[in-house]
Amino acid sequence: MSNKSMSDMKKSTVAVIDYGMGNLHSVAKALEHVADENTTVIVTSDPAVIDAADRVLLPGVGAIRDCIGEMNNAGLVPSIRKAMAEKPFLAICVGIQSLMSHSEENGGVDCLNHFQGNALFFGEKHTDHDGSKLKVPHMGWNQVKHTINHPLWADIPDNARFYFVHSFYVVPENKSEVAGTCDYGLEFCVALARDNVFAVQFHPEKSHKDGLQLYKNFLHWDGKP
Amino acid sequence: MGLAKRIIPCLDVDNGRVVKGVQFVDIRDAGDPVEVAKRYNEQGADEITFLDITASSDDRETTVHMVEAIASQVFIPLTVGGGIRTCEDIRRMLNAGADKVGINTAAVFNPEFVREAAQRFGSQCIVVAIDAKKVSAEGEPDKWEIFTHGGRKPTGLDAVEWAKKMVEYGAGEILLTSMDRDGTKNGFDLGVTRAISEAVHVPVIASGGVGNLDHLVDGVIEGKADAVLAASIFHFGEYSIQEAKQRMTDAGIEMRL
Repeated sequence: MSNKSMSDMKKSTVAVIDYGMGNLHSVAKALEHVADENTTVIVTSDPAVIDAADRVLLPGVGAIRDCIGEMNNAGLVPSIRKAMAEKPFLAICVGIQSLMSHSEENGGVDCLNHFQGNALFFGEKHTDHDGSKLKVPHMGWNQVKHTINHPLWADIPDNARFYFVHSFYVVPENKSEVAGTCDYGLEFCVALARDNVFAVQFHPEKSHKDGLQLYKNFLHWDGKP
Repeated sequence: MGLAKRIIPCLDVDNGRVVKGVQFVDIRDAGDPVEVAKRYNEQGADEITFLDITASSDDRETTVHMVEAIASQVFIPLTVGGGIRTCEDIRRMLNAGADKVGINTAAVFNPEFVREAAQRFGSQCIVVAIDAKKVSAEGEPDKWEIFTHGGRKPTGLDAVEWAKKMVEYGAGEILLTSMDRDGTKNGFDLGVTRAISEAVHVPVIASGGVGNLDHLVDGVIEGKADAVLAASIFHFGEYSIQEAKQRMTDAGIEMRL
């Protein structure tokens, strides 16, 4: 057997990082739904398991202070940084915000600073381009425009709708890291990409076929842009 | 381009079966909740709401298992309501795969519960359900009051003020049901829907009274609802979700098709 087919047969693991912020059921179920028989999905808070995994998914729900606090309490930050340095890594929802330098939420919280820039609040008086009132949180299905070609966008139509629930949005300093945008009163970044790290503001696990396709793309991604 | 309005089919579940009461009394069987949820998912529903209307302690386990089964197969948002009284109830439903929980009566009796739940789990998963009835007489300024126990018990609480208070306490969304209209097929109470939608900054789901597709259009255009919820028009095959979305799109409403 050649080396190539050996590696094709290889068992692969994806670690879904559990840092005590609750519901990871739907993330894990969606990954399992698209995983082939050689791929194992592990929900874990064990740094050793994260270090050993072939790819890592950082979910996020709730408020940023608790997220960063729990990551620190659980001793997960070194493993998260290590994974971001060397293997396919996907961050979801509050996960994308946690990778920024800073968030306005909870009176201001310093984050992991993988992407330079901040997470800002839409504000309770957010308005559309014509001045009409927009609800906050931004909740529901909105269109995602691809601003770059990327393996994680494979087989996903440009402007497909994904499910969002959030009140804060990320503003990266380096615009070349923006992989996708969305319009809600303003055009804002909903996907970031650099090397082997991809991060999205929406919830692929709640976004029906296109969301499942993004997870499938992640499971097949070699980490190259 | 922009955020789509949502169509949310609601499964009222009693003893493990989807049912639909007229004014919460007369019950018709509409099938197995998991099968019904899968059908709506395939039809393009934007979310699914699962309302446990038995809510006796024996049936809680059944509900948890059904939520798990739905969440393993249906990859759109799922809200679970009915009998949510404690943070432990919320935790169990979220762990079973619910994305949001609906809090109704418990919020009326203990508003602090909403604050506690939002702080612990995040506003994004706390939906406060409001059952309102019009109490103003003809010729008087409009006034709606909160009712509990399936619309039987008045509380003296003004519906619009209550909605504002619940948002202040951390509700991330309001599910507004008109108890006068529920099951009648006469359309939403557009007055209370609009009054609450304009009074709060979080999304409002209109519920109660949908009898045809124009009612859904009216809920968004005149009621200013962010989402519309309906049960019986979908359960008994009168309309599909696609037909509803097409009608709303034709009326100029942004939808996910």
